[in-house]
Amino acid sequence: MSEQNKPEILKMELEALSQNEEFARVAVAVFMARLDPTLEEVEDVKTAVSEAVTNAVIHGYQGKGGIIYIEVTVEGQELTVSVRDTGIGITDIKQAMEPMFTTDPDGVRSGMGFSFMEAFMDQVEVKSEPDKGTAVIMKKKISR
Amino acid sequence: MNQPHFTYEAEGHTLIVHLPEELDHHNCSGLKYETDLILSENYIRRIIFDFSRTRFMDSSGIGILLNRYKQMALSGGSVAIYGAGSQALRILKMGGILKLMKLYDSKEAAVTG
Repeated sequence: MSEQNKPEILKMELEALSQNEEFARVAVAVFMARLDPTLEEVEDVKTAVSEAVTNAVIHGYQGKGGIIYIEVTVEGQELTVSVRDTGIGITDIKQAMEPMFTTDPDGVRSGMGFSFMEAFMDQVEVKSEPDKGTAVIMKKKISR
Repeated sequence: MNQPHFTYEAEGHTLIVHLPEELDHHNCSGLKYETDLILSENYIRRIIFDFSRTRFMDSSGIGILLNRYKQMALSGGSVAIYGAGSQALRILKMGGILKLMKLYDSKEAAVTG
């Protein structure tokens, strides 16, 4: 494997607190700078990361806290971001990913989180098991 | 990061909400409560959201804007936006907000309507 294609990895463990949402997306944005992305690509990734981390805080851990595991891999021009929690999991992934679907009783959540992740990344994969947790794996090719 | 999230300004029956730099779940938490309080104590016909400080917004921002729109629509009021930069604008478009709220270039234009 040539030097250029050797994967580079960032691993973070963050407390599932809402104030860490900004830290998470900014850290990923700084890490991906090595791919020389456009401003728009950085914004895309920041938004997708923000959505995934917010889901872990609100839904995965129900606002009660826990650890969010974030792993970012850069391989060639491909960026992979994995956001994982060990919270309550999702019973019906298909339903959770439907645009506008929300479990929020207060009417302040848009239900667009997964739609935004899918719109801003090339590929979004969700693995979840009730009471075990959820992992969201997102990929994006950075043009350059 | 610890600046007040929202600042409010009243002009007649219009409420101007100056949004924070980062309009995410964390920073949105107080907006519903605070605006509910202002709306209950004042006769407000129009809410204007000022995006000029906002550099980042995600679907949490869309959620709260939709919520405030519905609240105003119920009482026959209107909601408008000004000062949105490129990132916020993309999110506002994708979230369908620009079909509901009119976008203005400046505060003056938004207030005049």
